[in-house]
Amino acid sequence: MSIVLTRVDDRLIHGQVVIGWVQALRVKRIILIDDEVRANAWERELYSLGVPPNLEVEFLSVDEAASAVEAWHQDDVRTLLLVGDVDTVVRLCDRTQLITKVNVGGLHEGDGRSQRLKFVYVSDEEATQLRQLGERGVKVTAQDVPTAKKASLDDWL
Amino acid sequence: MSEPLKGIVICHAGLAAALVEAVERITGETGGLVPLSNKGASTESLCADVAAAVGEGPTVVFVDMPGSSCLHASLMELRARTDVAVVAGVNLPMLLDFVFNRELSPGAAAERAVNAASRSITTVSL
Repeated sequence: MSIVLTRVDDRLIHGQVVIGWVQALRVKRIILIDDEVRANAWERELYSLGVPPNLEVEFLSVDEAASAVEAWHQDDVRTLLLVGDVDTVVRLCDRTQLITKVNVGGLHEGDGRSQRLKFVYVSDEEATQLRQLGERGVKVTAQDVPTAKKASLDDWL
Repeated sequence: MSEPLKGIVICHAGLAAALVEAVERITGETGGLVPLSNKGASTESLCADVAAAVGEGPTVVFVDMPGSSCLHASLMELRARTDVAVVAGVNLPMLLDFVFNRELSPGAAAERAVNAASRSITTVSL
């Protein structure tokens, strides 16, 4: 299995991801799954900046990613799936059973959101979505950097 | 004489404030650089912070590294500005050069600063 992390982080590609997690998990490929970024060449270029040359990055829509998950699951390339919000990861998990773990790595303050952890703010609706993912057998944990302790869903929702 | 360039330094954690303080201590020049941290910021809030810090007028934005939320927010917020230059990979020699060359255009000051930074990175024989 070469999907080494499925991460929810509203900053998408940034320092914690390209430095912290890529090093710790020896990631060779990042798949950024976001319908808006997929459709916007400027944003794709923006997110490609600073990605080390030895690290492959692809930009896919949720539907495209769902179709490719099985292939990533079976190949040898250590792959990090990255989404920017709870709704996107739920839609991805709705389309494939192969995502069994989700790392909530950073969701910031916003409309209707309240703080659950130092780096996690979610709305009541998002909290319900995450709980439902857990009830479906997806192990949802929160962890911002690899050296931090994972917090299980019951600890923060 | 036109208004001197502003410099905005945007980094992770407390790095920007430390760099700006170091420049002030070394040069005695104050007011030319404004530090900004991405600590605890969402993309939206960091964009708003960048816009507020840059304001109007010619500016050079220095961010700590490519691929960071600092650079993303700067480019998202400032991409339509023709009087702003953005530099990634800030270091102290770069900022020391900048504070003495704030009469240049943003592009020229950015290029000078990058050259100064590059020259400062070297191995030293023991």
